[in-house]
Amino acid sequence: MTIEVDSQQSLTRLVGPLATDRGVWQRVLRNPGVVVGAVIVLLLVLMAILAPVLGTVDPKAIDPAYRNRLPGSSHVVTAADGQQTTRTFLMGADTLGRDVYSRVIYGTRVSLIVGISVALISASLGLAIGLVAGYLRWVDLIVMRVMDGLMAIPGILLAVGLVAVWGARLGPVILAIAVPEIPRFVRLVRSLVLTIREEPYVEAAVAVGTPMPLILIRHVMPNTLGPMIVQATFVCASAILIEAILSFLGIGIPTDIPTWGNIMAEGRQLFRVYPHTILFPGIFVAVTVLAVNMLGDGLRDTLDPRTKSP
Amino acid sequence: MPAPVLQIVGLTVALPAGSDRIHAVNDVTFAVATGEIVCLVGESGSGKSITAHTIMGLLPRGLRSLGGAVRLDDEDILPAAEARLRQLRGRRMSMIFQEPMTALNPVMSCGKQIDEVLATHTGLSAAERRAQTLAMLERVQMSDLQRVYDAYPHQLSGGQRQRIMIAMALILKPALLIADEPTTALDVTTQAQILSLIRELQRERDTAVLFVTHDFGVVSEIADRVAVLRLGELIEIGTTREVLGNPRHEYTQTLITSVPSLTPRAAPRDRDAPILLRTEELSKVYGGQHLFRKQPRVRAAQSVDLTIHRGEVLGIVGESGSGKSTVARCIARLVEPSDGSIWLGSDEIAKLSHRRLRPHRRRIQMVFQDPYRSLNPRRNIGEAMIEGPMNFGLDRADAMRRAGELLEFVRIERTALGRYPAQFSGGQRQRICIARALAMEPELLIADEAVSALDVSVQAQVLRLLDDIRKRLGLTMLFITHDLRVAAQVCDTVAVMRLGKVVEYGDVAQIFAQPQNDYTRALIDAAPGRHAAFGPFHEEGRPDPVPERSATIPQSSERFGATAPGVAEREEAAPHDE
Repeated sequence: MTIEVDSQQSLTRLVGPLATDRGVWQRVLRNPGVVVGAVIVLLLVLMAILAPVLGTVDPKAIDPAYRNRLPGSSHVVTAADGQQTTRTFLMGADTLGRDVYSRVIYGTRVSLIVGISVALISASLGLAIGLVAGYLRWVDLIVMRVMDGLMAIPGILLAVGLVAVWGARLGPVILAIAVPEIPRFVRLVRSLVLTIREEPYVEAAVAVGTPMPLILIRHVMPNTLGPMIVQATFVCASAILIEAILSFLGIGIPTDIPTWGNIMAEGRQLFRVYPHTILFPGIFVAVTVLAVNMLGDGLRDTLDPRTKSP
Repeated sequence: MPAPVLQIVGLTVALPAGSDRIHAVNDVTFAVATGEIVCLVGESGSGKSITAHTIMGLLPRGLRSLGGAVRLDDEDILPAAEARLRQLRGRRMSMIFQEPMTALNPVMSCGKQIDEVLATHTGLSAAERRAQTLAMLERVQMSDLQRVYDAYPHQLSGGQRQRIMIAMALILKPALLIADEPTTALDVTTQAQILSLIRELQRERDTAVLFVTHDFGVVSEIADRVAVLRLGELIEIGTTREVLGNPRHEYTQTLITSVPSLTPRAAPRDRDAPILLRTEELSKVYGGQHLFRKQPRVRAAQSVDLTIHRGEVLGIVGESGSGKSTVARCIARLVEPSDGSIWLGSDEIAKLSHRRLRPHRRRIQMVFQDPYRSLNPRRNIGEAMIEGPMNFGLDRADAMRRAGELLEFVRIERTALGRYPAQFSGGQRQRICIARALAMEPELLIADEAVSALDVSVQAQVLRLLDDIRKRLGLTMLFITHDLRVAAQVCDTVAVMRLGKVVEYGDVAQIFAQPQNDYTRALIDAAPGRHAAFGPFHEEGRPDPVPERSATIPQSSERFGATAPGVAEREEAAPHDE
């Protein structure tokens, strides 16, 4: 007998296991995209958590003596107790003499928080709205018109507008990026619900007198989770990009919290002479987005029965 | 004996690693001669379709042939290059498929698709091709040729589409025609027409035909010789008379005795039993005016009057689109009836609101057609079975205990409660669905094509189980089926439906012996293999499907407060004290 965490048990009781047979996990773990993507994402998460012990200094520490130093040049750091050590700028220093390496590593935190929160927020709101819209026709008529309206506004423009209203702090930025993503989830969930509600097992639940809200939670929702997870990874990747773009445009999170986007924004003026301030955060954005997308593609190939490879 | 057109020698096809067996097809040898129809029969997973696809060089990805030879006119085409196969396909051998809608290109007119075959393989001019195509369309008994030529597949009926497929396959007069379940997706009357068309064209052109089917009725109609496949191995081959009349292999015997007989069995029943369910002028209209758009109105059921006595099995038979399922779903209130009334005992349930209907939900339960979709893949068997009883107030432990007893009642071990639907076969799932329905202790069990998706031997098992449940529990059933054979064996009374209307309604014996309605007669005449004698599945001496120790159905606790079948009369007689 194994002892399981109770919440895990009740979750399984509610939505069923993610994989209905052991073969799914085996297939998922055999998919190279999933493995490579997951390993990179895991490394990034570790990096974000362990940022203070990865040989970084205070990412906000300004030292005009070292402005625009190239990668590889060394500098002297004075610790709180007055002790001085010599250190190398792995990725150079920016126009204010801050260590780009430290800023990039700390920037991972913001990027991952933004990516994951946006995916979670828009997925859960989209799931709730989509479930109801897919099951109740009159809600559907209203909700889908609103969603069509939201879809008609370019995502970045909508986010810029929302940041302008709510202010440029981490929370509002996350919300501003999440809102334009909601319609995508609503459409996905709604279309899934429209097919799932016709399944005989849903009719069987109706026939045994299960109330509608329970049918949605018990029978319909669990069967939307596979495609939802896949969509969430893509939204996560695009949220990381959009955050970087907003910061780059100067309307994202202020520069006292380093993000990949605002590091690049600050390096913009001098990037012909000192490309390193844009190059390194740029590489991180690209690799992260690529890894998350690879993970999503792999999951789609293995979770979606229609693309099941032999 | 005429020269063989097709010779298959020792054909072996491997399944991908990790499958439930090593070979899809294992060391299969047989031949098809000019002017001969050989039927390849077997249940699902027997490798019959794989054999057919191997001949055409159309093996699905992941499968490969390990050995043997496929000789078409003495040329081994198994190792042939794709270019050579393309030359042969259409010209020397061609194939028709089960589902013509997916086999035809939906964005190309039917005439153009036939024309394409001629354009690829012949040097005919456009005018000659058109003339030949129209002649071929006429040959497959199409009317209104110009319209059909320009029609897209979705504008034609299933039977017409299959005729297009046949025209396409035979226009170049190939020596070999492979037909992979060509009539399985069709209605029985259409099936009869297509079968006779294939037979006729085959005689006229002396074509060798390899006909893949699971249906012994079809075999007896069309085959000259029969080859029986089981788990990839050829277990018996011989003339139709030998194999059907005097099967040597035990498996063949089981298959043939599993085919229900068309002769209704005489079943004694109580004609004076009280009426359980009565529909009056029950109608369902789909479509009509919506908020933003108007949809065409479809009268799926029109003024249907049916009566079911307690303990009786009423069958509704009819072809696709006859409205038989609509009636069943109206009665179960899974769709809203447009008009008419449904009396369940003394309660009118057609117009009840969903809230008022809820206490009555328990009284009518349904078993659906597709066992792979009627159980939620993400919930285990136990959760599926206790859902209903818990909705009606039974507590979890009691419901689970009862679910276990019911599983044993349908001959599935109790430990299965913790497993998921994917771990069961189709027949097992259907038995689980029956147990789930019984858990509600319904008064009426509706079986909507409940055995149609099952292999014939599994079908026989499930029918025996239903018959047994009925005998032991005196359960009343509404049995929806398109299969007259099944109806003949299961039902006491039969309603024949066509285009939403009941065209004939009466005792099963009388309807099969002396059908009054032309349509009923056409249906019975079209039943494949009606002249061949197939064994009744009720054969004496068969092992009883339900072990004796669970001979009594487990009763639920008091709290469930339900009237169990058979207990109903007692409760009705008892005075209410409130």
